[in-house]
Amino acid sequence: MTNEVLVARGLRKAYGDRVAVHDVSLALRPGEVLGLLGPNGAGKSTTVGMICGLTAPDAGGVTLSGGISLASDEAGYKRRIGLVPQDIALYEELPARMNLELFGALYGMPPDVIRRRADEVLAMVGLSDRARDRPATFSGGMKRRLNIACALIHDPEVLLLDEPTAGVDPQSRNAIFDNLERLKAAGKALIYTTHYMEEAERLADRIVIVDHGRVVASGTQAQLHALLPAAQTLHVEIAGEPDDAALQGLPGVTRVGRRLDASLADIARDTGPLLAALAARGIQVRGLASARATLEDVFLHLTGRALRD
Amino acid sequence: MQALFALVRAELRLHFSNRRAVLMSIVAPILIAAFFGSLFGGSSKMAGIPIAVVDLDGSPLSRSVVAALQAEASLKTTVTDEADAVAQVRAGKLRAAAVLPAGLGEQAGGAMFGGRKPEIALHYDPSQASALAVVRGLLAQTLMQEVSRATFGSAGLEKLQQQVRGATGLAAGQRDDLLKMFDAIGKVQHADAAASAASAPQAGGLSLPYATREIEALQSTANAAPVAYNSYAHSFAGMGVQFILMSGVELALGLLLMRRLGLWKRLRAAPLSRALLLGSRFASSALISLIIFAVIYAVAIAAFGVRVLGSPAGFALVLACFSLLTASFGLLVAALGRTPEATRGLAILATLLMVMLGGAWVPAFIFPEWLQTISLAVPTRWAVDALDAMTWRGQPFAAALLPGAVMLGFSAVFMGIAVWRFRWEE
Repeated sequence: MTNEVLVARGLRKAYGDRVAVHDVSLALRPGEVLGLLGPNGAGKSTTVGMICGLTAPDAGGVTLSGGISLASDEAGYKRRIGLVPQDIALYEELPARMNLELFGALYGMPPDVIRRRADEVLAMVGLSDRARDRPATFSGGMKRRLNIACALIHDPEVLLLDEPTAGVDPQSRNAIFDNLERLKAAGKALIYTTHYMEEAERLADRIVIVDHGRVVASGTQAQLHALLPAAQTLHVEIAGEPDDAALQGLPGVTRVGRRLDASLADIARDTGPLLAALAARGIQVRGLASARATLEDVFLHLTGRALRD
Repeated sequence: MQALFALVRAELRLHFSNRRAVLMSIVAPILIAAFFGSLFGGSSKMAGIPIAVVDLDGSPLSRSVVAALQAEASLKTTVTDEADAVAQVRAGKLRAAAVLPAGLGEQAGGAMFGGRKPEIALHYDPSQASALAVVRGLLAQTLMQEVSRATFGSAGLEKLQQQVRGATGLAAGQRDDLLKMFDAIGKVQHADAAASAASAPQAGGLSLPYATREIEALQSTANAAPVAYNSYAHSFAGMGVQFILMSGVELALGLLLMRRLGLWKRLRAAPLSRALLLGSRFASSALISLIIFAVIYAVAIAAFGVRVLGSPAGFALVLACFSLLTASFGLLVAALGRTPEATRGLAILATLLMVMLGGAWVPAFIFPEWLQTISLAVPTRWAVDALDAMTWRGQPFAAALLPGAVMLGFSAVFMGIAVWRFRWEE
């Protein structure tokens, strides 16, 4: 282990005949956000469950820096990890501050430290003025922020966030992203599961794409984009119905209704020859638009399915 | 221990800040126990049984029977006609109606010696069959007294002597014996009348050959305070047991809800052992049950006159054991349940069956013998019986030991199954 705060090797979990997670490995460094991207049911939550000790893996294991594992020191291991569950896991009828104090007590923190940390995390998630109010009276976004605060009360090194923005408005989502970026800047290591590629693109330094319990690809965004045959797409509006026969011999060009999509490795170099080829086939071009390839395209390319299928 | 205290404190706060939970677990049992307690007599004596008497005879004898029935404290007798009496019995307003037939006064005396028996119709409410036995007994007592008085009074004896002298079917010896017996009775009646002029007109007649002295078998020698039986003691025991078990079910459903909301996942992600996680649920549930039961009995004592006539330590032991039983039952429900919705109905049904068989609604001694035996396999039976023993039955501490041990035994079994079957992974 070199500089990694968490290393998971060969995680596997099966429920009967269904393999939920198959040989998932990942590593996480301090100050890094690792995005775990995949559609619903891909095995993201099960992976998170195995990392934080909720689910016993059938094979593989997780080690924290210093060689600490669940098997060697369960309590010590759990103290270094904070979990933000996918659900809003709060005592809705206890005041926000009391929720934090309760979870602080569960991690064995001294009362004075709990009080100080409660102030800090409430301020961080922007809920200081609602500390005495019950979460039952909060908006969805506020509950999500408190949900994160409860995972931070014991100041963990590693934060596992399982789809932490589900169902929140864009403003609250941005507030949550700001908080997570501050945590990253403070040196915390974050694993962020999502099926929104925009979130992974914005937050993650490295991304692990999972599907059907398997790691399909992993790396930085640039490394993942490099897996595509083309880095950019050119959308070509044409006159009349396109003729499939006329498109024969044009690699990387697909018909989408009255539009042609062309995958180009270098848009500046390849656009001219493409337009010339279309003209030679009698296809009249009405307009052009370019789009950068996204992680959605990467997932589509690797799995043949859309992320939200 | 810090984590345990924090979890228990949070559960207590959540429970007692939930108005619905407090209403269900404290106010509801008090209201229902008060209702049942008053229904079964409270601390006052039973009111007279409402009956009607119809006098179709109008003879001195029948009038005296009516007057005697009206004077009977155990009855609340009204005089009416037969149609009205039957209608009121059918409507449930009266328990029974006795119709004294025409010719009663004429025939009753002779019927004591084998003559034709006049027939008294007794209409009764079939839903109040137990009252029929009381009415029948009091009617027999009253009639026997009044008929014998009329028969063996001076006028009655004279009439009997005339009948015997004029009887043709009697042997001479038999006639002489009867006349001698009537003479002897007449002399006794005469002597009684002379001894007490005031009572002379009422003298004569047969009466019960014994008197009773009724003593409530409640106070022990150690506690001889003159406290009357209080039916609220049983109703508060029964309703307390029922609603506390129900609150145990609600706490169990709370754990299932925690699972659904992801809160259980968050607790499990904390550095807490499984024993501490389940132990905190068990401890908070037991404490909540104990507090609720203590409050219910405090109200019963302050407002309804219930007293712990037996051992206070035994009473506390029974409450504590039942609280542990409730907590383990709740954990069992949480361990076996899948969703709150699916579990609630089954758990409430199981609770009601346990409560019913435990004698919480009606005392177990009313059950048929086979059911009384079977119900010993239900822990609530031991709880209710033990609470009765420690309150109105005034039993010593030793009487709480076996029920306490049985409840702890059930608690251990429930807990064992709960731990065995508990689903730790989602």
